[in-house]
Amino acid sequence: MSSEKKQAELIKEISGVNPLKCMKCGKCSASCPSYNEMDIKPHQFVSYVVNEDIESLVNSKSLWKCLSCFACVERCPRDVKPGKLIDAARQVVVRQKDQDYLSPNEIPELLDPELPQQLLVSAFRRYRR
Amino acid sequence: MKYSYYPGCTLRTKAKDLDAYARASAKALGFELEEIEDWQCCGGVYPLGTDEIATKLSSVRALNEAKVKGQSLVTLCSACHHVIKRVNDDMKNVEDIRTRANNYMELEEPYAGETEVLHFLEVLRDKVGFDELKKKVTNPLTGKKIGAYYGCLLLRPSSLLAFDDPENPKIIEDFIRAIGAEPVVYPYRNECCGGYISLKEKDMSKTMCEKIMDSAEGFGAEMLITACPLCLYNLNKSSGKLPVVYFTELLAEALGVKEEVQKS
Repeated sequence: MSSEKKQAELIKEISGVNPLKCMKCGKCSASCPSYNEMDIKPHQFVSYVVNEDIESLVNSKSLWKCLSCFACVERCPRDVKPGKLIDAARQVVVRQKDQDYLSPNEIPELLDPELPQQLLVSAFRRYRR
Repeated sequence: MKYSYYPGCTLRTKAKDLDAYARASAKALGFELEEIEDWQCCGGVYPLGTDEIATKLSSVRALNEAKVKGQSLVTLCSACHHVIKRVNDDMKNVEDIRTRANNYMELEEPYAGETEVLHFLEVLRDKVGFDELKKKVTNPLTGKKIGAYYGCLLLRPSSLLAFDDPENPKIIEDFIRAIGAEPVVYPYRNECCGGYISLKEKDMSKTMCEKIMDSAEGFGAEMLITACPLCLYNLNKSSGKLPVVYFTELLAEALGVKEEVQKS
């Protein structure tokens, strides 16, 4: 099995999603509050997994723009849940050595007096292993 | 009535108001919030991967503690509620996660999702009742035009959260009516504030929160209320056009217990 095929299988396994159910209606992308910031849009993300183009996905800035707002998950008429696929791709990246998107060293300069603890724990959980 | 209560990390630090007003209001309404001993942070976001186990254990511990006491578990922070409710669903319905989490936990009796998880607003709606709440209001906030800001985590995915209609919720509007004020329904009330994006990309959440503020202001809201410390933070970091407060502050005010909280 090629490495990209393996990674596509891994993304499907971690997410528990079957991307073949997608009927390309685009409702996920239409709902996504980060749409303008994403290079690969949520509906395209599903096709990339189907086509096993994982290299593009793991290098996509979309991984770090998804807000886990679950609008796509809520509104998907086929229960494909693109947000879960994006999270799984993010996991495939951050579970590798030295691939964290957030380092504790960055924190001091990101802090301000009102910043809630919830923001730090949430970001750490999404951005690193 | 006594409930187990899970405050969460931020309610001990930056969101002490959210917690203190809730406790005082609960007392005034005749129910008790019994804090779970040695609770641990829920992690802030639900771990979506089907193979994530260790990251769910803090929720399982809290859930099991409530089960042992035979109480429902009440949450207040939207994020804690989201995480704990979804982990509870995993423990109830996902055999693989239930088995592996219980293998870690080695409890006297395995935990299988028995605990009922309630958000404080659900307690008000489903246990106290908004009609009953209305009767206990001594200081109605008459004439105040208030926009409910729901955000994401209380509503979606609705199949699991089962909190309210995810596209047209009304629980917070009903709450606003119960405390004597006037709810302002505006289209952006269930749009995302940006959540954790505001750590590294402050402009992104700022743009999103401006839209929410503009939408609420355009429909005539004078202030916004929320249950989530991160939503409150993000909204306050935008234009600041409208004041944003925790719903429990207004509840305490309406019940006439706000001042005693402020003094303590």
